[in-house]
Amino acid sequence: TNSRMREIQTTLSERALELLALPSENCMLLDIGCGSGLSGEVITEAGHCWIGCDISHDMLKVAKSMEVEGDVLLSDMGQGLPFRPASFDGAISISAIQWLCNADTAAANPYRRLLTFFTALHHALVRGGRAVLQWYPENPAQMELVTSCAMRCGFGGGLLVDYPHSTRAKKYFLVLFAG
Amino acid sequence: ANMILLTHNMMVSPMKEASKTLPLKIEAEEVQELEKEFNLVFLVKIIDRLDWAGFLEASAILNQQGLPSSTEEIDKTNEESMRKLHHALMEVDVVTGALVCTETGRRFPIAGGIPNMLLNQDEL
Repeated sequence: TNSRMREIQTTLSERALELLALPSENCMLLDIGCGSGLSGEVITEAGHCWIGCDISHDMLKVAKSMEVEGDVLLSDMGQGLPFRPASFDGAISISAIQWLCNADTAAANPYRRLLTFFTALHHALVRGGRAVLQWYPENPAQMELVTSCAMRCGFGGGLLVDYPHSTRAKKYFLVLFAG
Repeated sequence: ANMILLTHNMMVSPMKEASKTLPLKIEAEEVQELEKEFNLVFLVKIIDRLDWAGFLEASAILNQQGLPSSTEEIDKTNEESMRKLHHALMEVDVVTGALVCTETGRRFPIAGGIPNMLLNQDEL
């Protein structure tokens, strides 16, 4: 159901924020694949400022109608992130980065898009900043592809699995440290 | 909010030919004023992260005057001037207009409060 979905997304957002281990309130965060602003509202609730990016204009219009606190941009993370270096104390992403692995058009190269994304993300974070990216890997090969791309772009960290013994409840978070 | 000057200040042109250091130029059509809670702690923290020259230029385009010409001139204990800074940074909101890459001339439209930063296939 819709409300169950929202509940799951909210819980995932709260977990991602927890894993960011921010030193204080009043941080500047990036919400990657912010969609309708649900995760953004969790960020606002936690006392931080945020900017969101999403590739879906329809989802962003919903965020606007919900009057979320953060500004949102229509943007494709596989094309990079349009921000100055060291703009953000941290970044979260809920159920979004698996879309980088799709090759929708003949021109799209998932590997290239992943590299572009992780390079941009690394630059956009302050030194010592973290990115916590929750996603649903399709298979172990995809998990390996995404994780290795992130490492290749200079990130430390790795994959965290919540509820590892439950096929249904299992959740994957890429927990990355920039420099 | 749609696009406040804080957001603008964090942004750069996504064009591959552009350096990731210059601010986008604002073309403002519809601008509105918001009310956002004054948070001195956040403001003091974020001042250090701003491209101050870019902020002044953008503020001028949106008719915000009387801001300090450098961060050294900011008196963090002067509530009135901090509130003025808060207003310019957080409460002046571009609803419709565009962000222009000054190095390539490429315009990124802002419609319904959403800046469209998508690159076309031939720009990748």
